[in-house]
Amino acid sequence: MFGWGVIKGMLVTLKNFILSYFTKERLTTVQYPEERLPVKERFRNFPFLIYDNKPEDLRCVSCDICAKECPPKCITIVRDSDEQGKPLKRPKVFDIDFSICMNCGICEEVCPFDAIFMDHEFELAKFGRFEDLNYRKEDLLKPAEHFAKIRPQDAARIEAKRRAKAQPATPETKTQ
Amino acid sequence: METIDQVFVLAKRSLMTWAQSFLPEWSTIILSILISVTAIAVFGPVTMMYLTLLERKLVGRIQNRYGPNRVGFWGLLQPIADGVKMLTKEDIVPTNADKFAHFLAPVVIVIPALLIFSVIPFGRGMIAVDLSIGILFFLALSSTTTIWIFVAAWASRNKFSLLGGMRSVAQMISYEIPMVLSIVPVLLVVGSFSTVTIVEAQSGWNWFVFTPWGVVGFLIFFLTGVAEVNRTPFDLAEGESEIVAGFHTEYSGMKFALFYMAEFMNTFSISAIVATMYLGGWQGPWLPSWVWFFIKTYALIFVMMWFRGTFPRLRVDQLMGFAWKFLLPLALVNLLVAGIWTNLSTPKNNIVSLIILVVTFNLLYWANRPEMPKKRTYRYAYADE
Repeated sequence: MFGWGVIKGMLVTLKNFILSYFTKERLTTVQYPEERLPVKERFRNFPFLIYDNKPEDLRCVSCDICAKECPPKCITIVRDSDEQGKPLKRPKVFDIDFSICMNCGICEEVCPFDAIFMDHEFELAKFGRFEDLNYRKEDLLKPAEHFAKIRPQDAARIEAKRRAKAQPATPETKTQ
Repeated sequence: METIDQVFVLAKRSLMTWAQSFLPEWSTIILSILISVTAIAVFGPVTMMYLTLLERKLVGRIQNRYGPNRVGFWGLLQPIADGVKMLTKEDIVPTNADKFAHFLAPVVIVIPALLIFSVIPFGRGMIAVDLSIGILFFLALSSTTTIWIFVAAWASRNKFSLLGGMRSVAQMISYEIPMVLSIVPVLLVVGSFSTVTIVEAQSGWNWFVFTPWGVVGFLIFFLTGVAEVNRTPFDLAEGESEIVAGFHTEYSGMKFALFYMAEFMNTFSISAIVATMYLGGWQGPWLPSWVWFFIKTYALIFVMMWFRGTFPRLRVDQLMGFAWKFLLPLALVNLLVAGIWTNLSTPKNNIVSLIILVVTFNLLYWANRPEMPKKRTYRYAYADE
């Protein structure tokens, strides 16, 4: 019949229109600030520094590997030292500039002390362009529980590795 | 029931009696005109604002998304936000444009759109002016819109604008003819140009759409109406994939908004006139007359928006061919059928007109079949050797 194709086409759009009120498949929009998609475990955005029990116990020993490996060079590390000027195994300055960081996660991969990991935080917009986006050591610190919460599989694997490494070498680590 | 039906008429009457207590005799007639004019001048733009929202919502749903829902509850303040944005935008006029015509076109294009509202019967007794030539008035005004579209296109001094304007004119000229011819059967049967008389002739369930010639006339009138207001699938004048934005390429800010206002007010008035001519206007049981009118009008507007969500734009030759080769002969035959229908007794006339229409429809379909060239096969000249 003449015009049948037109009517068929209109029925398709009518079906989409009506079903958008009833089914989720016909209305796939996630209304972002109120509704959110669950974040995947391997999602990575911006690194954070992990500490074990209290914020002074950083795992970072200021070895500078991550700063060297970082492709856009967004990490600045200055080693801390005691009163005599003897260098200590902890960073005095640990800055990551989010305006430079490209969220590649290489810092996490190269870190031999499992001290830096990628976070799930992605709402990082700030009003200032320079100082607000330059994350200081205090802003980057997060407890190990946070890591265990956002990435349980990775946390379990890394904890097992650390425990295995720590077992035979227990006396040596104490002397440090 | 009667009060709800006549609520707007009574409101105007009470306002008039209150004003008569302190105003001189001669000014009441001016006041009466002013009330009607103000009502239309407010109703037109407000309708346009909320039609934009409705269209975005409906098309959004068709495309499986929400549409605007951030500004106000259910997105109800979106048109106001759009209006503020349009008003505060920079008004850019091209250097080589005809400045005066460029300014004039969007301003004047709104006038016919608003004037058409004056002959629409919104309900029983709810009409601004009951012109004895109401339909003629509507036809004359709705075609003047084309002139201002063309003025806008010409004044912009832009290739794309001019192309859009030319297309618009060509389209309007083609579609005007089947449009007028599709109305003529109604005039023939009713014997009057007045919109009020036409609605009254369809009292009870005797809507013209329930007669054989009415169905065809309704379809032709509605389709040509969609073409007349430049809406998809007939929006060649502003085909954004081909000619940027057609005639309003060089317009921004409030001038652009005025073009939109004219388009949406025309959408409303075309739907209203179609409802008046064929769907019985404000006639209907139980509900107040103006509720019936708005139900029918908005149903037609919904179909127009549904079209927009469904169809791609027609090609120019398809558009012209549809008007000249299909709608025009069908409208002429429909006129003949309406003449036969009025001159025969009731059961016989429906059968005869139905037969004529079905035969014509199939003949036209056959005559309009796409021409497929024969598949040519090529033989290699030395194949046998």
